[in-house]
Amino acid sequence: MRQLSKTDLGITGVSGQLHRFLTQAWRLQPLYVSLYAILLSFLIGGILISVIGVNPLTAYWALLRGMVGDGNKLAGSLARSVPFIGSALALAFAFRAGLFNIGAEGQLLAGGLTAAYVGALSWMGNLPGILTIPLILMAGTLGGAIWGGIPGVLRTKTGAHEVISTIMLNSVVLFVARWMVGSRDPVVLRDTESTVPRTKTISDTAVLPELVDSLPTLHFGLLALTGLCFVVAFINNRTSLGFEIQTVGLNPHAAHYAGMNVHRVIVLTMAASGAFAGLAAASEISGTSGYFQPGTFFLMGFDGIAIALLARTQPIAIIAASLLWGSMLSGAPLMQQEANMSIDVVRIIQALVLLFVAADAMVRYLFKVRKQDQSPFQANTIGATL
Amino acid sequence: MTTFEQAASLARLHERVRLDRGTITGLLFGLLGVTLIAGVAPTIDSTTRQFNFERPPDPAGIRFHPPTWIITIGVLYLLTAALSLGSPAAQRWARLTRVLSALSFIPLTLVLSLALSDNAGTNVVNLLGQSLVLATPLALGATTGLWSERSGIINIGIEGTMLTSAGVGYMIYALLGNANSAFWLWFSIVIAILAGGLVAALHAVLSIRFEVNQIVSGVVINLFALGLTGFLRSEVIFKTGNTSGVSTSDIGLPLLSSIPVVGTQLFSGGPIYWMMYLVVFGTWLVMFRTPWGLRVRSCGENPHAAETLGINVLRIRYQSVILGGFIAGLGGAWFSMESQAGFDNNMTNAAGFIALAALIFGKWTPWGAFSGALLFGFSRALGTRLQFLGVEVSGFEIPSEFFQSLPFVVTLVVVAGAVGQSIPPAAAGQPFHRSK
Amino acid sequence: MAQINTGTAAPVLEVDNVTKTFPGVVANDNVSLTLNEGEIHCLLGENGAGKSTLVNMVFGLYQPDKGTIRVHGKETRFTDSGDAIAKGIGMVHQHFQLIPVFTVTENIILGNEITKGTLLDFNTARRQVLAIAERYGLAVDPDATVGDLSVGEQQRVELVKALFRDANILILDEPTAVLTPGEVDDFFSVVRNLTQQGKSIIFITHKLREVLAVADRITVLRSGKVVGNTTAKRATQQSLANLMVGRDVVFRVEKTTTNTSTTALQTRGLRVQDNRGVQAVTDLDLEVRTREILGIAGVEGNGQRELVEAICGMRPPNGGTVQMLGHETTAWSPRRIKQLGVAHIPENRSKHGVVAQYSIADNLVLNRYTHNKFSKRGVLNRSAINTEAVALIEQFDVRATGVTAALDTLSGGNQQKVVVARELSGNPQILVVAQPTRGLDVGSIEFIHRKIIELRDRGVAVLLVSAELDEIMALSDRIGVLYRGRLAAIVDAADTTREKLGLLMATGSTTHPPQAQQ
Repeated sequence: MRQLSKTDLGITGVSGQLHRFLTQAWRLQPLYVSLYAILLSFLIGGILISVIGVNPLTAYWALLRGMVGDGNKLAGSLARSVPFIGSALALAFAFRAGLFNIGAEGQLLAGGLTAAYVGALSWMGNLPGILTIPLILMAGTLGGAIWGGIPGVLRTKTGAHEVISTIMLNSVVLFVARWMVGSRDPVVLRDTESTVPRTKTISDTAVLPELVDSLPTLHFGLLALTGLCFVVAFINNRTSLGFEIQTVGLNPHAAHYAGMNVHRVIVLTMAASGAFAGLAAASEISGTSGYFQPGTFFLMGFDGIAIALLARTQPIAIIAASLLWGSMLSGAPLMQQEANMSIDVVRIIQALVLLFVAADAMVRYLFKVRKQDQSPFQANTIGATL
Repeated sequence: MTTFEQAASLARLHERVRLDRGTITGLLFGLLGVTLIAGVAPTIDSTTRQFNFERPPDPAGIRFHPPTWIITIGVLYLLTAALSLGSPAAQRWARLTRVLSALSFIPLTLVLSLALSDNAGTNVVNLLGQSLVLATPLALGATTGLWSERSGIINIGIEGTMLTSAGVGYMIYALLGNANSAFWLWFSIVIAILAGGLVAALHAVLSIRFEVNQIVSGVVINLFALGLTGFLRSEVIFKTGNTSGVSTSDIGLPLLSSIPVVGTQLFSGGPIYWMMYLVVFGTWLVMFRTPWGLRVRSCGENPHAAETLGINVLRIRYQSVILGGFIAGLGGAWFSMESQAGFDNNMTNAAGFIALAALIFGKWTPWGAFSGALLFGFSRALGTRLQFLGVEVSGFEIPSEFFQSLPFVVTLVVVAGAVGQSIPPAAAGQPFHRSK
Repeated sequence: MAQINTGTAAPVLEVDNVTKTFPGVVANDNVSLTLNEGEIHCLLGENGAGKSTLVNMVFGLYQPDKGTIRVHGKETRFTDSGDAIAKGIGMVHQHFQLIPVFTVTENIILGNEITKGTLLDFNTARRQVLAIAERYGLAVDPDATVGDLSVGEQQRVELVKALFRDANILILDEPTAVLTPGEVDDFFSVVRNLTQQGKSIIFITHKLREVLAVADRITVLRSGKVVGNTTAKRATQQSLANLMVGRDVVFRVEKTTTNTSTTALQTRGLRVQDNRGVQAVTDLDLEVRTREILGIAGVEGNGQRELVEAICGMRPPNGGTVQMLGHETTAWSPRRIKQLGVAHIPENRSKHGVVAQYSIADNLVLNRYTHNKFSKRGVLNRSAINTEAVALIEQFDVRATGVTAALDTLSGGNQQKVVVARELSGNPQILVVAQPTRGLDVGSIEFIHRKIIELRDRGVAVLLVSAELDEIMALSDRIGVLYRGRLAAIVDAADTTREKLGLLMATGSTTHPPQAQQ
């Protein structure tokens, strides 16, 4: 690879200017690797599109209009992004404690189930929204917190690694959800009148209000989850709890020596992570679908990992990364329709983004960026054992 | 007796009182045994049932009296409990009875299920056959993980590797052989294997060369595989028009299955299914009986020690991960060219994760991983069978999801160390830096 | 630099003007070394003097930037340790390079496997291992799992491993660090036996006493340079120490006698288990008074770590009590004990004492961030934390670019000063300190010793745990010896001898002959 750098395919000049522009004019030091990664991914995606005989500009123009073409499209994109914020936070928050929570997928399902159950309780209809909305959100949060807390407890009590236990719990809750939502005999949570397996619709009072009257898809969940990001940022940077969590993540032995309750921090962090995912699921059910279907959350947890990475686990950056992620998925159908090509191109581009962000050494090499910020996902953090 | 000896014997006494794993297992089996003998056996329907070996109308099989079997198994559990809690000499025997007890879970579930349903018999040979077939991709996936993790590279991208191979393999088959040619079918299986190797090579480069966190690299591969195969399916496979075709199970093993009478009976399991046994056996042989296998294991346990002995750790890791990828490729081919000829989006459907669970369940050993895969295959097959039989416990039909999720719960329990802790290779997940 | 060649034997290894740099450091600067056949050549130097770098180049793990290495007169360039092994060079690393889950045989054959066809031939391998073990008097069980072996046994496995590869040049990197004084003597006779059978040995150490006992010739390294070549006959401890450190070294720590008064720390029947659930400390009665340093001597692994952790609240005891400053603190948390006025300098700095990625400032409040001064209602006061850090850096002479510098950019000595600064600030009444100078240079060692004495003179009760007998003897007022988790004896530092303590450490009593332990 060294020899290549001399000629460097002419990238250096352009990328050098771009780099100066981004870092100096926009002060984006911590995130430029992510920006380059996005750029690179769209380039490669474009090549792929032209290979199947479509003009990539046409496709991307359609994608862009699908994302932000008009008010409704924009509202749809924003709404689509909301749950990703929660699932990305679930990963990022636990990551500071050295925990790899890849169970957001399951925590979303658990939170979604509890939220849908509580939301459809018959007495909910008799209560005003000021009570029912907090109730449904809290229900989802609690469901997620429990499902996230279990791996935390297992880690502290038995040493079971959270990566393995969260993968197992993802599958367990998926089967539980399928059974609860699908079973007709006995009926557990299934809406017997529906032809597809799903829960009963939640009561009207538990539906999240929309932010703008003319755009019904855009609901209050956006505010709730972006607000949460700011809260998490504050906890991380300014509080002694944040200090404890990070100490446990970097060196649990030193945390123990320093009088921190390492086990408590681990369980708390995992439960909080699960709670963030659960809240996201509740907001999705209460704000968008109105009922629970296991398929709704398919891949959402794993997308969260990609988003958290793209945002380099910074809570505020997670908002932006989620918006990009969600709106790309929301805009893809228009691209499919107008450029007559597979919607999966978007998925490929997203996977490439993740790839380049994860392997930031590649991006740094290509764009001649020196290593300044520590990539949060560079190896070694995970092996923290007690 | 010196004071030191006194202290030592005191310490031993203290240790025996403590709840160690053997004690917990013993108590657990004791409880199960008592429940079976006193609780389940008297209440269960005592009409004679039959395990069939062939299809009706006149099936050969074992006729049995459910309560007798349940009491027998209950006694075995009590014996295990007694031995586990007994003297050190007894505990050596306890290991044997514990294995027997674990194995007896299978007949126990079957006896219980039949007794709880209205059916007089069920075909067990067929059920076991289905379990083995369903275990094929799981065993292959688990072997993939075994090669990777034993060399020190965590691999949660097995799912994506298998999915990519399934998609790419079938795409080639549909393109070149119109999904209807024995030669191109085998050619495409080879392509699938190579594709698996390629994806694994990506994982290896990311985690070894670029030192990307290995979990993240696995996630990248899983997401990428979904996008790529979805894209190939709609842009290539659909456009060929060959969305389904002839699979290996239709063709059978060339040469072998053409042996009259015996061939069709014995080799009807599908070639990849048979290759799976070869792969598992070969993995055991190479990993535990050859110099290269010893080196692979040393890289997963203490790469620095291996380096001081002149072993090229990075090269061994590349080789081992990529070899695992080839195996995953074969697993992928099973989905799109043996179980059926055709490719559906996300058709591996979490098999890669289940394989990972089987690997952990099997404590990172080839035969252990195979048993894990078999257990998972069995619970899948049983889940379907029970739905068919309609097993009810006090009017409540046991859902198939219950059996499908059971293996994950069991793995969770194993990981948590309640039944013999599963310890991964010591250096798994840690990047290795060469001394300079 | 002129080589002193005392023997007539031909040199088996010649290192000629070798230089090796790492980013920011010249680890070896024009270093030369000659090893003659059948000799024991000691490589002496402080931590960080470049001894390990040098031998790692000889063993092929590092490649020199400049200079040549000749083996049996022939110039060689190794790309990895496999090349070195092929040339008959073997190395026993300070941290054993063994695979705990493998058997002894598997560990020994790894990399040089014996095969029958393509498969491993364990039977032949086992026979060869036993043959080597017998020939050199190194008892090993070929079928034992290495993780179950004692440290001494593991060291024998390492030696057999090198001999199995027909090594005739053996590099032993700090081989005695893990052994008791008695075991060290046994080890020396094994080494001499090896040289009689024609092996040549490079023996790395920083212990002067051992050099004089075992070496034929001595090369002293300081800051990556050879500063002296001599023989054991011509050298004295003082001359070697001066060479090693580069100035006159005072072995005695200045210390006045004091009057002790009240009891500050007391354990009664203390019992503590280690991580595996084995009783590590048994029925321990201990008393530390104010204005005194109680040294705890003992071979590592005799319960020192568990004792310290139990006192400081990091490991709940399974019997007995701990009393400090009039409180029963047995079940207290580390934080509460800290707040009572107990400072703890942990034995493993990078594991327990610091968070390497944190700034100096954050490390200085690592266990005090809940204090009113540094946080209110769970919100940190960053400016107060930084102000404190600036003051402590000044006071404790920490060499750093600023308080926000990450701790891992500091040298080991400065990192330890950060820990000491944190623990000594806030007027502790009791100081529990374990291995305070391990791996440090002489300057930092002297600084930390002075601080500990200073504290004692201010009236603090100090419990000092150290594996370095010299350190214990230099600092302590009274010395307790831990043997298999029990206090073998408590003696006055003034009227004991090194030999008496060594015997206590090895056997737990002064009456048994040293052979009693095997």
